[in-house]
Amino acid sequence: MTFPWLTTLIALPALGALLTALVPSGRGTLAKQVAIGAALVTLVVGALISLQYLFDIDMGVEAETYEWIPEFGASWALDVDGISLALIALTVLATPIVALAMWREAEDETRDPKAFFALLLSVEALTLTAFASRDLLLFYIVFEAMLIPLYFMIGMYGGPQRRYAAVKFLLYNLVGGLLMLAAVIGLYVQSVDAGAPSFFVPDLVALDIDTDTQRWLFLGFMIAFAIKAPLWPFHTWLPDAAAEATPSNAAFLSGVVDKVGTYGMIALVLPLFPDASREFAPAIVVLAVVSIIYGALLAIGQTDMKRLIGYTSISHFGFIVLGIFALTGEAASGATLYMVNHGLSTIALFVIVGFMIARRGSRQVGDFGGVQKPAPKLAGVFLFAGLSGLALPPLSTFLSEFLVISGTFLRYRPAAIVATLGIVLAALYILWLYQRTMTGPVRPDVEGMADLRTREAVVVAPLFALILLVGFFPKPLVDVIDEAVEPTIVEVDVERPEPLAPVAEPVEEGTGR
Amino acid sequence: MSPTPYLVLSVILFSIGAAGVLTRRNALVAFMCVELMLNAGNLAFVTFARMHGNLDGQMVAFFVMVVAAAEVVVGLAIIVTIFRTRRSASVDDASLLKL
Amino acid sequence: MTSTFTTLATAVAAEAEHGGGQAAVEATGVFSLTWLLIAFPLLGAAVLLLGGRRTDKVGHLIGCGASIASFVMGVVLFAAMLGEGATERAFTVQLWEYFNAGGYQVDVSLLLDQLSMAFVLLITGVGSLIHVYSIGYMEHDERRRRFFGYLNLFVAAMLLLVLASDYLIMFIGWEGVGLASYLLIGFWQHKPSAAVAAKKAFVVNRVGDMGMVLAISSMLAVFGSSAFEVVFASADGASTGWVTAIGLFLLLGACGKSAQFPLQSWLLDAMEGPTPVSALIHAATMVTAGVYLIVRSAAIYDLAPDARTAVVVVGAITLLMGAIIGCAKDDIKKALAGSTMSQIGYMTLAAGLGPAGYAFAIFHLLTHGFFKANLFLGAGSVMHGMHDEVSMRRYGGLRIMMPVTFVTFAMGYLAIIGIPPFAGYFSKDKIIEAAFADNWIVGICTLLGAGITAFYMTRLMLMTFFGNRRWQQSEPPHESPSVMTVPLIILAVLSVVGGFGLLYLGADIVDWLAPVTGEEHHDLPMPLALLITITLVTVLAGVAVAWATYGRRTVRADVPAGNALTVAARNDLYGDAFNEAVFMRPGQYLTRSLVYIENRGVDGAVVGTATAVGGLSTRLRRWQTGFVRSYAVTMLGGVGVVVLAMLLVRLP
Repeated sequence: MTFPWLTTLIALPALGALLTALVPSGRGTLAKQVAIGAALVTLVVGALISLQYLFDIDMGVEAETYEWIPEFGASWALDVDGISLALIALTVLATPIVALAMWREAEDETRDPKAFFALLLSVEALTLTAFASRDLLLFYIVFEAMLIPLYFMIGMYGGPQRRYAAVKFLLYNLVGGLLMLAAVIGLYVQSVDAGAPSFFVPDLVALDIDTDTQRWLFLGFMIAFAIKAPLWPFHTWLPDAAAEATPSNAAFLSGVVDKVGTYGMIALVLPLFPDASREFAPAIVVLAVVSIIYGALLAIGQTDMKRLIGYTSISHFGFIVLGIFALTGEAASGATLYMVNHGLSTIALFVIVGFMIARRGSRQVGDFGGVQKPAPKLAGVFLFAGLSGLALPPLSTFLSEFLVISGTFLRYRPAAIVATLGIVLAALYILWLYQRTMTGPVRPDVEGMADLRTREAVVVAPLFALILLVGFFPKPLVDVIDEAVEPTIVEVDVERPEPLAPVAEPVEEGTGR
Repeated sequence: MSPTPYLVLSVILFSIGAAGVLTRRNALVAFMCVELMLNAGNLAFVTFARMHGNLDGQMVAFFVMVVAAAEVVVGLAIIVTIFRTRRSASVDDASLLKL
Repeated sequence: MTSTFTTLATAVAAEAEHGGGQAAVEATGVFSLTWLLIAFPLLGAAVLLLGGRRTDKVGHLIGCGASIASFVMGVVLFAAMLGEGATERAFTVQLWEYFNAGGYQVDVSLLLDQLSMAFVLLITGVGSLIHVYSIGYMEHDERRRRFFGYLNLFVAAMLLLVLASDYLIMFIGWEGVGLASYLLIGFWQHKPSAAVAAKKAFVVNRVGDMGMVLAISSMLAVFGSSAFEVVFASADGASTGWVTAIGLFLLLGACGKSAQFPLQSWLLDAMEGPTPVSALIHAATMVTAGVYLIVRSAAIYDLAPDARTAVVVVGAITLLMGAIIGCAKDDIKKALAGSTMSQIGYMTLAAGLGPAGYAFAIFHLLTHGFFKANLFLGAGSVMHGMHDEVSMRRYGGLRIMMPVTFVTFAMGYLAIIGIPPFAGYFSKDKIIEAAFADNWIVGICTLLGAGITAFYMTRLMLMTFFGNRRWQQSEPPHESPSVMTVPLIILAVLSVVGGFGLLYLGADIVDWLAPVTGEEHHDLPMPLALLITITLVTVLAGVAVAWATYGRRTVRADVPAGNALTVAARNDLYGDAFNEAVFMRPGQYLTRSLVYIENRGVDGAVVGTATAVGGLSTRLRRWQTGFVRSYAVTMLGGVGVVVLAMLLVRLP
């Protein structure tokens, strides 16, 4: 029995949450330090795990299975493949950054900031469990459980409309969760009928389910994930939550936690229901394209900065879903990469907007103007984050967006062509936001606005470094993802679109097909 | 032994109790009527136990008595408290327990 | 990986028939250091942009140093390339593997051949001169360090664009120059007009980028790769429809970057940027990237005559549009910008003529790089002396005060209108010849363009340097410092000898490029001497008309009303108005109505459901009266129902 890396990875933030909660009231700074410490330790463990997958250094990470409810065939089963690894890496990385960014966010509240940090860590633990879990019941439970700490994070620490946003968030996701619960039970019944009751995902994947049943189960899972991810028209909770939650909380929510939805699509829906996925793919591609354009247009029309970024996320989630359901290796790898990159760039955007809001005390675009004069570095990092949001090469987001579009083009040409409109609209909403807030004559009330502080620089520096690093050297990450995505696409069993005019034979060998 | 008279008595007692709960405003009287209904039930249980020749009914009757005793303790406490605060033992006056 | 690439190269070598059948070999010796070309300016940019205030004092020197180092490297490579055989001058440098997803593999590798060499020298050479010039021009700007950082970033990205050996890598450079252009147009961010112009340039370019993305996606679909070698080698196997589609997508990309019709509208606004930027990015190098793209994709366009026709049409329209706009602008930089559009129209048109025109497109691109940079920097020198006044109606008679600027500007002027033996004469004449050889209508367009060019450039010359003095400032205009005039002199010399030199000294540019672009000659429908004479007569006629209008008569300091065409040209031939009416207004309307629909419709449905449930429960809770006895009745009734139900079930 080797060291249980994955269980440790999950236990650390859970323990950290407990410790943070146990810090006596009134020692806010200590609580924050404990929380960041726990997040950093988790990051180290996560990094060690990543080493094994990214650079083939044997750390002894392997699948872990412990009995849980043997009567139901449910177990504490954890494992990591390229897709989960990418998202686990994103989660462990994002948590300390977000924790540092939210350092002062809970300050002026009457409530104790320690709860905020403890909740954050508990969300991290649950999210990590969702990404590593290989047991459907476990996945379902953490999928639902993470709503509770998030509900309190939004509802206790957000803006003036926070309660409305929190309730909306909770109800929306509970509805999805309910449908998913029905589908989970349905799937379990299928395994019972097959004579081997199990919640273990590989067992369930191996089941031979007839297409009609697949359709219903597919819908149950898909609607839950489409609400979480969020896909048009199930998206309206996100702008409210993004606008009302604190900026770092919104960053964590849309940057990391929502990825559970898209993760579920690629890691659960496609392998579990290949026939139904193939059948519903065109419809979902349409919804994804609508999301891309709709989210982008709505972002252009916003006057609230956080809402605006919320809508850009809807557009980006459209790209991710498009990539997943284009059912080509390129697009699916691109979509998975997109999950990571969208996390990085959205977190950067949200926290930087948070810095601006903290200075000015307003979320309205119109309350800013000419900020680059008093705060050039702040404007610089904002522009950088914005450019990564609009997928400018060679920033990491570019490759993922490009792979999604070109991979989709192989199968759904009109969808890909419409989706490229998204890159024009992205430039429009980001640069227009930059133009309205940062350039032009300095508004009297932003005069003397403080420039980027050290803590804030420490928050954005690792994000930017990663955006550049992955942008220039995406190969290790893409390789790991591609390796994991390939079997999924094969599982769905669609014909791979081959080049129409392939080149001479030696080149085929050369490219390593 | 015919159980009919016992059961008839039980039904009559139960009906009196039920009518009392529905019509009387005084909490104490309503309370006593509830007791009456419980005891009507007890009578029926004991009758059936005798009829079937086993102790199950007797046992349930004891349970009911325990529950009734517990209920009396809590219920009387509540009634006394309400009376102290409101100077009234009318059940219709205590109608605030609603949404 | 290296071996893989060699396999690839040898495999393709057998296939490559396009562009004279020159196969790229893996670089050895000095050629394997090609990446240094990009590394110098990239490092410069990194130091300047991340270095903070510490580098303020030496920022401009670091910037110039990086650019000049790159130029020296370029010259060394050029010399080494001259030492190789005429068709053995293509080298690939494999840097690292970018990614491999779902069977789509891209390598970060460079391709140095005759075409990219020409661009390297133009970019680093003219770029270095403009760096030096900027030391003087931006002297009083407190953000000069950042300016040089952006310029270095631009040079690095532009070099990546021309050196990449894969369309996707090229696209990275393509977007990189777009970013640099955005940052530099909006360099004076406190001016709302500059910020708007920068955003407009970026967004319009993104429309073009759609074309690029779709072109690369199509290549992936058709060839399974976007590497030059694979695409060019297997272009033959693709259907005409696909090749035409790729050609048109690439053309859309080229239109965006090169400000060709219908994506021309950003270039005139881009003049909000500092003048060295206009000279380097929006005249000499970046805007010609579209031409590079088309020439580089020769293998595609050779197989797609329809796409080529589209290229020619776009070029012809833009060359006339730009020239007409140039005639009416009073802003010296905007007049030059119109001229740039027009000249790039020439190049695009030539590139659309196929193998007969590729080399001439590049030839004109190079000479244009010299003389247009010269003209822009001259205009910058004038503005520098005139306290940033840009309206030519406030100039006049400046030749006395600014002799060096005047003389160098005159060289550029003679070059652009195509007076022999100045640079523009050789290159433009070749294009006119090729156009006539191809098609009468196209030929006449180019001829007409030459006449209009002569008109507006003479007008510009007369209004700026001749005539009455219309400036009203207290201190008279002054000549610029030597750090600005020396680059001007060098560029002026290039404007004089550039054309002749590239054609007749050492290597003939056409032969030089032939291994990449191929070569083809068409017979002219008339004797060459006659065509040259006609061209010269047209040019002189343009000059004469301008002289009659602006030389003999006094130029008014206020703006005359002008006829309908003048007004249209002043409004950029209503390009902006069109965009506003067709895209912006409906777009705004669309976003506004979508926001409304979102709040009332999509979200409304959700909130409505929630409200309905809430309303229902409000009704239902009325049942809870709080009266114990009514609850008791309900309970009794419930018990009664249960008993009744049980009896009913039991009875039968």
